[in-house]
Amino acid sequence: MLLIHCPYCRMARPESEFRYGGEAHVVRPAEPANVSDADWAAFLYMRANPKGIHAERWRHVHGCGRFFNALRNTVTDQILRTYPAGTPQPALDAHAEDGR
Amino acid sequence: MRFSLFSLARQALGGHARWPAQWRSPEPKAAYDAVIVGAGGHGLGTAYYLAKAHGLRNIAVVEKGWLGGGNTGRNTTIIRSNYLWEESEAIYELSVKLWETLSDELNYNVMYSPRGVMMLAHTVHDIQVFKRHVHANRLAGIDNEWLTPEEAKAFCSPLNISPKLRYPVLGAALQRRGGTARHDAVAWGYARAASALGVDIIENAEVTAIRRDANGAVEGVETTRGTIKSKKVGVVAAGHTSVLMNMAGVRMPLESYPLQALVSEPVKPVLSCVVMSNTVHAYISQSDKGELVIGAGTDAYTSYSQTGGLHVSAHTLDAICDLFPTFRRMRMMRNWGGIVDVTPDRSPIIGLTPVPGLYVNCGWGTGGFKATPGSAYVFAATMARGEPHPVAAPFALERFTTGRLIDEAAAAAVAH
Repeated sequence: MLLIHCPYCRMARPESEFRYGGEAHVVRPAEPANVSDADWAAFLYMRANPKGIHAERWRHVHGCGRFFNALRNTVTDQILRTYPAGTPQPALDAHAEDGR
Repeated sequence: MRFSLFSLARQALGGHARWPAQWRSPEPKAAYDAVIVGAGGHGLGTAYYLAKAHGLRNIAVVEKGWLGGGNTGRNTTIIRSNYLWEESEAIYELSVKLWETLSDELNYNVMYSPRGVMMLAHTVHDIQVFKRHVHANRLAGIDNEWLTPEEAKAFCSPLNISPKLRYPVLGAALQRRGGTARHDAVAWGYARAASALGVDIIENAEVTAIRRDANGAVEGVETTRGTIKSKKVGVVAAGHTSVLMNMAGVRMPLESYPLQALVSEPVKPVLSCVVMSNTVHAYISQSDKGELVIGAGTDAYTSYSQTGGLHVSAHTLDAICDLFPTFRRMRMMRNWGGIVDVTPDRSPIIGLTPVPGLYVNCGWGTGGFKATPGSAYVFAATMARGEPHPVAAPFALERFTTGRLIDEAAAAAVAH
């Protein structure tokens, strides 16, 4: 079970308090009617699914109830950083794995 | 060497010391007519049918680890074809038909055992969905029947049908031709048969790049054992498909999740069929060694770690202990994870890609083992002809753009 730091509650809580929300920073086209089928498919279905650092959404359903984002290494499952929804993806420095 | 009673007797008299290697381990050649990436059941099967049915002999299967060491060696070996939609029925039923003759076809005992797959209903919604499946399957000529709780108990005596359960058994759908097979034997049987037809199986060769020519078409792969040229490359890499396709600049509608399984200590025969339950997330059968083979649901998050949270396995064991109180004191011996590539509609992707010469067979998610022979058969035809096999055609990558999804999310029996 992952231990996840909620950036709003400012505490690390067990994974069972959270719900996974998939890839982060997938932006819905502003005018869907003007989007090509290929672009719409890319928005709806295509995912980075990287082996390495993944920016993803989590929701603290059994806590504050709010969405936030996390950077997690999908090889080790280590969460490197969590940050509020709506803020840009933070850059990871060389010592990122030491803390959040 | 052909296996027979005679060969067995002769080797037994020789103390089993002179069995030959069952497949060659050649050095990679510089070029092949076709390269398959991934030596699991689907990949080895594809190479076998390319050689057997389509006359290609100059084929390589490259594998980053060892043959059959990925999801082929990590699944719970359930075989069935009771899917809802006609497209799915066609490919899974093709598979079941191939399973029925596979041991003879390969001269290798894959231990296909049609012992019956029973899917439990625990809610009114389950009953409605399963009865719909039963009717749809019977219209398609696929066996599937509805059982009352008492009939389910008669078919599987350890099952607890007490109405006092948190999720009582309200009925079950039974496919009698469903069952299990020996997962390793499937990989080994295809490897041996393909190797005998001239297919080079190259282990410990991880693909690091997919090479493309000036027109964008595939011209080969770079591996940790050198560059291999080929104008036809088929990616059959399950959980790592996104990583490989990214090398060719193709984004895929896939997410890779850990899926866990576990086995108990071996006991005498106690469970004569496969029992599965979507609602309480439990899948169980007994192997010929006597171990109870148990499948859990996927973890919540994408991962390549080949492990998962203990709470996911524990959740499944809770359900198993409710359904089979007699198993409560059994010990679990091993627990592991495989990485499954899940599509948005829970149906596989088989066919061509935007890159000429590059083919992909992926997205089998939590239920690929049952499809191994059928998947390999239609993918080999697709690669050989350069156009989709009729059974594979609905599963093309384009369906995510056209919107013609094959929504098996409710039909696939594994937790999503």
